[in-house]
Amino acid sequence: MIDMPQTLTKVDVGNYQTLAHQAGKVIRLGEKEIVLFKLSTGEVKAVENKSPHPKGGTLADGLVSGSYVYCPLYDWKISLNDGKVQAPDEGQVKTYEVNVEDNRILLTI
Amino acid sequence: MEKRHLVLIGNGMAGVRVVEEILKLTPDAFHITIFGNEPYPNYNRIQLSNVLQGKTTVDDIFLNEWEWYRENNITLYTNEAVAKINPKLKTVISSTGRIVAYDELIIATGSSSFILPVPGADKQGVTGFRDIQDCENMMEVARTHKKAVVIGGGLLGLEAARGLIDLGMEVHVVHLMPHLMERQLDETAATMLKEELEAQGMKFLFEKQTSEILGDDRVKGLRFSDGTEIETDLVVMAVGIKPNTQLAKEAGINVNRGIVVNDFMETTTPNVYAVGECAEHREVTYGMVAPLYEQGKVLAQRILGLDVEPYEGTVTGTQLKVSDVDLYSAGEIIDDKSTKAIKVHNEFEGIYKKILVRDNRVVGIVLYGDTKDSTKLFRMLVDKEDVSGKTSASILDSGCCGGGQADMSVDSMPDTEIVCGCNGVSKGTIVEAIQTKGLTTVDQVSSCTNAGRSCGRCKGLVGEILAYTLGDSFDATKANKKTLCGCTTLSRDEVVAEIKEKGMLSTKEVMNVLGWNNEEGCSKCRPALNYYLGMIHPEEYLDERDSRLVNEKMHANIQKDGTYSVVPRMYGGVTNADDLKKIAEVTEKYNIPLVKLTGGQRIALLGVKKEDLTNVWEDLGMPSGYAYGKTLRTVKTCVGSQFCRYGTQDTMQLGIDLEKKFERLDTPHKFKMGVSGCPRNCAESGIKDMGIVGIDGGFELYVGGNGGTDLRAGDLLCTLKTEEEVMEMISSYIQYYRETANYLERTSTWIERVGLEHVKEVLQDAEVRKELTAKLDRSLTRYSEPWNEALKNQQIREKYYKTEEIPVVLV
Ligand code: SRM
Ligand SMILES: Cc1cc2nc3c(=O)[nH]c(=O)nc-3n(C[C@H](O)[C@H](O)[C@H](O)COP(=O)(O)OP(=O)(O)OC[C@H]3O[C@@H](n4cnc5c(N)ncnc54)[C@H](O)[C@@H]3O)c2cc1C
Ligand code: SF4
Ligand code: FES
Repeated sequence: MIDMPQTLTKVDVGNYQTLAHQAGKVIRLGEKEIVLFKLSTGEVKAVENKSPHPKGGTLADGLVSGSYVYCPLYDWKISLNDGKVQAPDEGQVKTYEVNVEDNRILLTI
Repeated sequence: MEKRHLVLIGNGMAGVRVVEEILKLTPDAFHITIFGNEPYPNYNRIQLSNVLQGKTTVDDIFLNEWEWYRENNITLYTNEAVAKINPKLKTVISSTGRIVAYDELIIATGSSSFILPVPGADKQGVTGFRDIQDCENMMEVARTHKKAVVIGGGLLGLEAARGLIDLGMEVHVVHLMPHLMERQLDETAATMLKEELEAQGMKFLFEKQTSEILGDDRVKGLRFSDGTEIETDLVVMAVGIKPNTQLAKEAGINVNRGIVVNDFMETTTPNVYAVGECAEHREVTYGMVAPLYEQGKVLAQRILGLDVEPYEGTVTGTQLKVSDVDLYSAGEIIDDKSTKAIKVHNEFEGIYKKILVRDNRVVGIVLYGDTKDSTKLFRMLVDKEDVSGKTSASILDSGCCGGGQADMSVDSMPDTEIVCGCNGVSKGTIVEAIQTKGLTTVDQVSSCTNAGRSCGRCKGLVGEILAYTLGDSFDATKANKKTLCGCTTLSRDEVVAEIKEKGMLSTKEVMNVLGWNNEEGCSKCRPALNYYLGMIHPEEYLDERDSRLVNEKMHANIQKDGTYSVVPRMYGGVTNADDLKKIAEVTEKYNIPLVKLTGGQRIALLGVKKEDLTNVWEDLGMPSGYAYGKTLRTVKTCVGSQFCRYGTQDTMQLGIDLEKKFERLDTPHKFKMGVSGCPRNCAESGIKDMGIVGIDGGFELYVGGNGGTDLRAGDLLCTLKTEEEVMEMISSYIQYYRETANYLERTSTWIERVGLEHVKEVLQDAEVRKELTAKLDRSLTRYSEPWNEALKNQQIREKYYKTEEIPVVLV
């Protein structure tokens, strides 16, 4: 097992070009599962791969529309910008900052 | 901290509204358990009148579907009454012996139809009018019998009577009093109503008291106290309701006519509340939803420990939901010496209005023929507005002829005026929702504000407010229809027609060209459009995997923890040693937590990790069973003539052939088949989307069966001689369903909507069948085996199934 760094760091999580659009790519960083979504605009978003629904579940295989993902288990609509669950449901998923440099995707954790 | 446990007895309109209010305020304050005596989720009881009158169907009146309970983590026990409350132990016990402990308990058991205690009241064919079951009983009798009597000439009785006329029955209404609805109408209005209903075919027997119900097991007639009799096949009792208080009484809770509550809906027992028709507040029990919803609001806040104003009772108004009758009444109805009346009686146009004023305040309203002013007048009455400065013309805006300008009145309506009486929603709330949420249809307004979600009377006014608020951008036909989803104002049929006409070939194109208000659609329209496009252009359309929901996208069924199930094909439920060995080996190799026989005659591997999916498929080497898709699921078979002594046909082989032919085909909803070798029906052919029953020298085809949420027995479509005919008929049937059903409409609902006779007629024509079969065969060429495809295609594996392990390298 890998210890997670304690301070904010940037981690290289893959090639930007080859990341597919509109489907969640799961990456595992130590104990953490994070999912990357490449939107149709080309922007990449990263959130924790955990549905904010009280029953839990994953987000990676949800349907992506614009900058939202629909929770695959309970159909909650979640913003990939701030992680907020859209009304009438409520909740929030953890988001991560993403930068793309030289075709590499860098995640701030 | 452990969540507190809230238990609700009664899955009806008032109780569930309290739960909705609680969830709105503090979604996770409680763990919630609901007991409902009826076998359905929460439905709109008010609309039963419209169900009976054929204006809507049972399927359309559900207020909260099963998913709603699931999504909100509510434990729901339907068809299970609470039999006992034990306030000392703080538990309830259900009819099945289930014991559930509560921290807070809400009793919302509603009321029951009052059945007159006359001899014979227990005979078959005697019913109340209270729930879906009563409606279904009436509809059943109407199918085979002719004559009906409704006892009671009040709201409920007249709505029932009109429904029975619409069902083709000859209906008499028996009423104890000399005129109808004596508690809501004065003599003039009642006489106008009676004349209108007589013109609609209703017959009346006034001042008759029922003394006995005649017949053997079934009702044959009624006898009245004056000795006269009338023949009938059905008796509907609509003489009143009786609050369901037995449970409370037995638990030692104070009960008078209803369960006695204070201004916060608290009973005399700590932590126990009552709400709805079963509750008695300040010596009043109510029988309409508006006051019950007000009670619900107060109770929700109270139970959450929030500050709340006490509930002080409600003045209610009534209307009658009978076609071509426009009637409203509230408050006092009979003039006396202390009242002054404003009266308008236009006999020519059938309009009557009477406003009773006492001490310069409106105290009573009776409107017949034109009820446009009802909301405004009702507000004056409730607010006790001083009308001394007003002329009678300004009190009655729409004048004597009923021609008042509707949008004029919306304009002049104050923001605080209540538009939806049932739900207490004001004009201001509606306008604000329209403006801030960009709403364009009445349905959207209903789902955001609750306005129109009960009796539906206010929907017209909501539409007017929508028109007024949106100004030029308002489109009337759009505003009132059922749209594909919230992203568009077009209906399913319009979208399908546009796709055909413009030859559109991607969901993006559809959303662009048709002006979707959500650029990339939502989880409702994307899968639906993907289906329609593939159905319309089987050869040209490129399936969009990313527009499919999780299970179809992954070709495996997601489970609550994000693992998946794998269900390989086992054609016709027939397997062999080789396949079983492979399943056993794979189970061991991948540590699969559970292997189970499914209800569809095959084997499921449950709890497979996402990253193992492709390896599992590879090792199994079997095709996907599509246990996750809107497509052909299984074809269940019985052993049939190969082994069974009763078998008339080789059912296993036919089942295998059918499954091989139709597997992978996209259908609007899942499609299941069963093939049995004789009418003993061991493969349950009677509850399948397509059920085949072998008979000597042929096959019977049953359609529209469903063993799921809404149990439905299949209907006989036809009897055929050969397997070739069977194949052709099934192909045509499936294709016709594919082309005409709404996405996510199961065959059982579809067949009820379009009609069995209609489908029979279409499929009778050999030319039509040929055409449909050809189209289906072309569609079938679209598909390839998805598990194998994933194994062969690196890109698919990368995109959907691979998890990347990233060592943490600092940059
Ligand atoms: C595995 C199985 C239960 C079992 O352990 O036996 C099953 C499992 C599920 N059923 Fe089922 N159904 C299974 C047979 C049935 C049957 C029995 C049958 O087919 O003879 C029925 C009633 C018959 C019918 O459909 O008419 C049935 C009626 C439903 C329904 C209600 C459908 C309806 O129209 O009312 C749903 C919900 C839906 O489809 O929207 C459902 C939905 C589900 C889902 C897919 C729920 C979901 O979305 O996650 C379950 C997936 C569990 C999982 O983790 O994989 N399942 N389900 C059965 C698989 C059969 C197969 O081999 O393919
Ligand atoms: C045909 C018809 C037309 C109507 N039209 C109108 C109208 O136009 N406008 C209007 O405002 N109102 C109308 N009403 C009245 C309105 O429907 C009721 O006032 C409202 O449904 C009452 O809500 P409730 O929750 O108190 O009771 P209900 O909706 O009856 O719910 C009570 C539920 O509790 C269940 N239950 C009872 N005992 C138990 C137990 N021991 N355990 C578990 N469950 C139990 C019952 O099965 C029922 O499902 C109409 C009613 C009918 C029948
Ligand atoms: S359905 Fe008939 S033929 Fe098939 S197994 Fe049962 S009894 Fe035998
Ligand atoms: S007034 Fe009944 S639903 Fe609005």
